Amino acid sequence: MRPFTVHTGTAAPLRRSNVDTDQIIPARFCVRSTRSGHADSLFADWRDDPGFVLNRPGHRGATVLVAGNDFGIGSSREYAVWALQDYGFRAVIAPRYGDIFRENSLLNGLLTVTVPIEAVEEIWAAVEADPAEPVTVDLERLQVRCAGNVTAFDLDPDVRERLLHGLDAIAMTLREEELIVRYEASRHPALPTTR
Amino acid sequence: MGSTLAQKVWDSHVVHRVATGSDLIYVDLHLLHEVNTPQAFDGLRAAGRGVRRPDLTLGTEDHNTPTIGIDRPIRDLDGRRQSELMRRNCAEFGIPLHRLGDPGQGIVHVIGPEQGLSRPGMTIVCCDSHTTTHGAFGALAFGIGASQVEHVLATQTLQLRRFKDLDITVTGRLPDGVTAKDLVLALIATIGTAGGQGHVIEYRGAAVADLSMESRMTLCNMSVEAGARAGMVAPDATTLAYLRGRPGVPQGAAWDAAVRGWTALRSDPDARFDTSVVIDGAALHPYVSWGTNPAQSVPIGGRVPAPADFADPEESAAARRALDYMALQPGTPMRDVPIDTVFVGSCTNSRIEDLRATADVLRGRRVADGLHMMIVAGSAAVRRQAVAEGLDRVFAEAGADFRAAAGCSMCAALNEDRLQPGQRAASTTNRNFEGRQGKGARTHIVSPPVAAATAIAGRLAAPADL
Ligand code: SF4
Repeated sequence: MRPFTVHTGTAAPLRRSNVDTDQIIPARFCVRSTRSGHADSLFADWRDDPGFVLNRPGHRGATVLVAGNDFGIGSSREYAVWALQDYGFRAVIAPRYGDIFRENSLLNGLLTVTVPIEAVEEIWAAVEADPAEPVTVDLERLQVRCAGNVTAFDLDPDVRERLLHGLDAIAMTLREEELIVRYEASRHPALPTTR
Repeated sequence: MGSTLAQKVWDSHVVHRVATGSDLIYVDLHLLHEVNTPQAFDGLRAAGRGVRRPDLTLGTEDHNTPTIGIDRPIRDLDGRRQSELMRRNCAEFGIPLHRLGDPGQGIVHVIGPEQGLSRPGMTIVCCDSHTTTHGAFGALAFGIGASQVEHVLATQTLQLRRFKDLDITVTGRLPDGVTAKDLVLALIATIGTAGGQGHVIEYRGAAVADLSMESRMTLCNMSVEAGARAGMVAPDATTLAYLRGRPGVPQGAAWDAAVRGWTALRSDPDARFDTSVVIDGAALHPYVSWGTNPAQSVPIGGRVPAPADFADPEESAAARRALDYMALQPGTPMRDVPIDTVFVGSCTNSRIEDLRATADVLRGRRVADGLHMMIVAGSAAVRRQAVAEGLDRVFAEAGADFRAAAGCSMCAALNEDRLQPGQRAASTTNRNFEGRQGKGARTHIVSPPVAAATAIAGRLAAPADL
């Protein structure tokens, strides 16, 4: 996983709440079998609309997506994260997320930052007024900075550590393999098996 | 202080408590389907890792598979490749797989319970958000993404922070004609699509105790539409009656011992829930969705709302967009909404009880002219049972299209079964998101009896309207 420390880039203001993963990437594109190559599928149905935020010239090349409440609800498809990353997004800022999407994003190094809706509104206003206004997402100091405003955010310390150093979650768990073996020895023999 | 049911299951699966507050949790059952998984296997191979417990892992083909002409190759080349990779990956790592055409094949959340694999007190995960279904057995069951699938394949564990607990008590008795589907739509309309975020819901109360296992699965299935991580019902006599005699379920003295353990799985009287909601079950009606998320639902006797009906500006804006997408006028009675396609199926409502409820309404009636009604069993076993009970004849005589194979079918538009732009469906599925059943398609979520009555009437209807 690519480490995430501090990222500064331009932002795309997505003034919508309840953006489900079927919108982020419609199911018909989830038949592909790779982790990359999904950039064109991102928000595929909304991109038909020339007024959609990603089609506005000022927001081309944005690397931070700023969305309303409950971004990424619905399906567990990790394609939603891969499509956002393939398109170039490094971070998402929103007040709340679908739980599974959030976990998927943090395992892929797409930093999903939770800030109050007021802070989202401030960033929306700033980047709509001037699309070139940079937004900084700083995982070291746990801050979002935009147009002179500084907003603190919180992140699970384990996850932060993993992201800062780009660590492999599976390798970290396998360090506890002895404990897994011990747990397995204590499992009830009547638990089901699949063969 | 006592523990909740969810806490008890969690605590009995902790492999390791990480100092910073998350737990390494052991996974008892890992279910797989063909979508969301090839990347996980690629990751394993790239890191030179194996599958730790193929004997606790089970695959099925359900999402991409056709429901007619199943001997023909899948037409979509990407979908065909994904299915081929599933077969190759399961073979390479020794994971049992139910291929399309196998007697045990079906939607992943239908076959786990029916094969006796989903049991009280277990932890169950799958690369699919509706894994919450299995919580009907008092299991802690939740959806995960591909990276977590890879983590479970390699380690049989997940590192997670404890979920919060949400108590949903449904009092009273559901009126005749009101199903678990209506209950859960009413619940989501009440608490919203984020009402359960970060929580495990425990469904309790007299109305829940009355529900069959199939209905409890419908209820738990849609917990994720309320944003919850999982939904659970404590095991009781209904659970035991369902499990008894299923393959691999203990028998004799071992059954008695298992029952003692399972019946202890309930929230202590002094258990603390983070949040509590009470719903009056006796006051419920059949519910239908009008918008593009499941919280945008009203009783079938209601009307399409106007954006101005919502005090919250975000909700109001969402309603405006939803009405535009759904091409509905505020104030229209829901019963006046014409429907061109009815779909009975999906992991929410494709079990035998759902097909029986559908047949009960269709019996002796005809599907409205020009309306296409499609019925797809959740599993090959459900389909066999339906045929054994003669439901297939009821469907045929009514003019409904009962598909030859089981699977997700029209639920998520991943196979050939999908709506065309502008088509309007009444579906027993769980999601009415924009484009969910096909680009530009419009979905009204309904229960099986409402689906069947709608098919007869050609517009949204409850059986009592016929
Ligand atoms: S039936 Fe629908 S919701 Fe259920 S697993 Fe299949 S695609 Fe997902």
